[in-house]
Amino acid sequence: MALLEVENLRTYFHTRDGIVRAVDGVSFSLDNGETIGVVGESGSGKSVTFYSMLGLIPMPPGRIEGGSAKFDGQEILHAPGPVLQKIRGKRIGMIFQDPMTSLNPYLKISSQLIEPLQIHENMGKTEALKRAIAELERVGIADAAKRVHSYPHEFSGGMRQRVMIAMALITRPEILIADEPTTALDVTVQKQVMDLIRARQKELGTAVVLITHDLAVVSGFCDRVHVMYAGRFVESASSKELFTKPLHAYTKALQASIPAMQKKGEPLFTIPGAPPDLSTEIRGCAFAPRTENHDPAKCPPDRRPEYKEIAPGHWVQDCPCCVQL
Amino acid sequence: MSDAASIDSMPVVPEKVEKGTSLTRDAWLRLQKNKLAMICLWVFAAIAALCFIGPYFKYIPGLREVLPDPNATHLSERSQLPNATYLLGSDHLGRDIFSRVVHGGRVSLMVGLLATLVSITIGVVYGAISGYASGRTDAVMMRIVDILYSMPFMIMVIILTTMFGNQLWLLFVAIGAVEWVTMARIVRGQIMSLKKQEFVEAAVSLGYSDARIIFRHLIPNTIGPVIVYTTLTVPSVMLLEAVLSYLGLGVQPPDSSWGTLIKEGADRMQSDPALLVFPAIFFSATLFCLNFLGDGLRDAFDPKSSKD
Repeated sequence: MALLEVENLRTYFHTRDGIVRAVDGVSFSLDNGETIGVVGESGSGKSVTFYSMLGLIPMPPGRIEGGSAKFDGQEILHAPGPVLQKIRGKRIGMIFQDPMTSLNPYLKISSQLIEPLQIHENMGKTEALKRAIAELERVGIADAAKRVHSYPHEFSGGMRQRVMIAMALITRPEILIADEPTTALDVTVQKQVMDLIRARQKELGTAVVLITHDLAVVSGFCDRVHVMYAGRFVESASSKELFTKPLHAYTKALQASIPAMQKKGEPLFTIPGAPPDLSTEIRGCAFAPRTENHDPAKCPPDRRPEYKEIAPGHWVQDCPCCVQL
Repeated sequence: MSDAASIDSMPVVPEKVEKGTSLTRDAWLRLQKNKLAMICLWVFAAIAALCFIGPYFKYIPGLREVLPDPNATHLSERSQLPNATYLLGSDHLGRDIFSRVVHGGRVSLMVGLLATLVSITIGVVYGAISGYASGRTDAVMMRIVDILYSMPFMIMVIILTTMFGNQLWLLFVAIGAVEWVTMARIVRGQIMSLKKQEFVEAAVSLGYSDARIIFRHLIPNTIGPVIVYTTLTVPSVMLLEAVLSYLGLGVQPPDSSWGTLIKEGADRMQSDPALLVFPAIFFSATLFCLNFLGDGLRDAFDPKSSKD
C-alpha cells in the first residue's frame, strides 16, 4: 500500500463570480521515500491539491467536493481538526515559496525551531534546542549554536529557506511537501537549496512532493512527474520517460518553454493564449484551444478527454488534438 | 554547502552566542534617537513616579513636610502664594495644592493606566479572535462592536452611576467598555493582513492549534500598533475621567483627581487662579508627553511611515 493515495480529489472555491474548479478530479499515489513532481502554470491547482489534503484551504470559500486521500491507510480529507493537527508538522512537513515571510518575524529562530518538537514530541526545552542546533548544522548553517538565537530578519533569504527546511524536517516527517521552494530565491541559491532537500531526503528517507512551475528543476530531481493543467493531471510518467517521450501537447509546450533548451538568438518560445477561466465549467479538452492543430471535429467540445494509461506507468489525458503518439 | 549532511557531528559548544535583535528592541533603539519622544518619556516617567511614590512621603520624616496630607485643612493659612511650606501655595481651605495635585494625579494616572490595560486586553483578544476566525463569527463579533460603538457614552455613564452609585470601579468599566472597541478594530485589521502571510500558513502546516497561532504567533506581531495605540489611549482615558469628574460623575470629593481639581479650580478661577493653573499644567504636560511619545513610537515601529 502506498504511503499516500489520492483518489479523484475535487476542491472547488465558491466565489461571487461563480464556482472555481481549482482541483477537478486528481488521483495519484506516493510511496515511501519516493519523489514526485507536480508541474503546471500558476493557477493550475497544484498547490490547492496538497493544501486541501492537509486542510489548509480557507473554508469558505473553498470546499472539498469529493474524492479521498488516504495517508498511511487513514482517510484525511474530512478528518477532524485534532487528527489533522497530529499529522501536520509531525508526519507531513511543508516548505513554502517565500522564505522572507514564512518565518515569524517576532520570534527567535530557536523558539520557532523547537516549537514543533515541544508540541509533537513533548520534548523538553534544552533537549529540543540541542536537536534544533544539530538540525541547523545539517542544513548547512555555519555556527548554528551561535546563530540559533537570532531573529529571522538577521538571516538572508537562502538561509531562511534552510531554516524552513530544518523546521519542516525536525520531526522526521514521512512526507515533505515543497511548494515552489526555490521560486523566490537567487539562481545560485536555488541549486543549493535543491541539493540540500535531496541530501536530507536521502538521509531521512522522506518522500518528497515538489510543486513547481519549473520543468527544469523537476527533471533531475523527481522519480515521477505529474503535469497539471486546469485542475487536472494531463500527463504523468517517470521523469525520464516524460522528458524523452512526452505525449501531451501541453507537456511538449512546457518543455519547449525552458529557455536553456532553445536556440540562442531566437525569440523565446511561449505557449499562445492563456489558461482557461476555471469559474466556468470546462466541457471539452482544456488545452486543445491553445494547440496549433486544434480541430473541433476531432476534439469534441462537450466531452472531457479520459485520463488513460497509454504505456505502462505512463498516463495521459487522451485528447485527439493534444496527444500524438 | 550542499554536502551539509556530512557535518553531522559538529560539537555543540557555544563560543559566544549571538543575541539577536528583536523587532521590539530595534524600535526601542530607533525611539532613543527621537529626542522629543525621549524627553516626553522622561517627563512622563517623572510625573508618574512622583504621583505614585509621593503619597508614601508621609512615612519619611524629612519628606513629610513636602507633601502633607492633601485633605488636611489649615484655615489660618488659606489661599497662600507658593512659599517654603506650600510649594505651590494653598487653597481656600488651606490645603496644600502641590500635595493635592500629586494625590489627584495618582488617581488620574491609575484610572488612565488600569482602564487602558483592561480595554487593551479585551480589545486585543477580541479583535484577534474575530480577525482570525473571519467569516460568520467575525461578522457577528464586529456587529456587536458596531452596536457598542454607537452607544452614547455619556448617557451610558449617567445610567450606570444612577444605578450603582458613584463608585470608582464603575469608571473603569464605563471607560473600558468604550475604549476596547477601537482597539478590537485595529487589532482585527492587523490580524487579517498578517493572516495572509506565509508564516501563519507555515504554523498551520506544522500542526499548531488555533489558540496557539493566535496567542503566540499573531498577537505578538501586532505589538507595534498596540503599543502606539496604548500610549494614545491613556491620555484619552484620562481626559474622559477628567470630563466625567468635571461633570460630577467621576471621582467624588474629598478624593481628588486632576479632573476634580480642575473643576474646583475653575469655580474659583478669579479669586484663586493657582487652583486651576497648577493641576492644569500637570494634566496637560502628561497628556502632551503621552501623545508625543505615541507619535514617536509609531515612527519607531514603522520607520517607513515617518514623514522625513
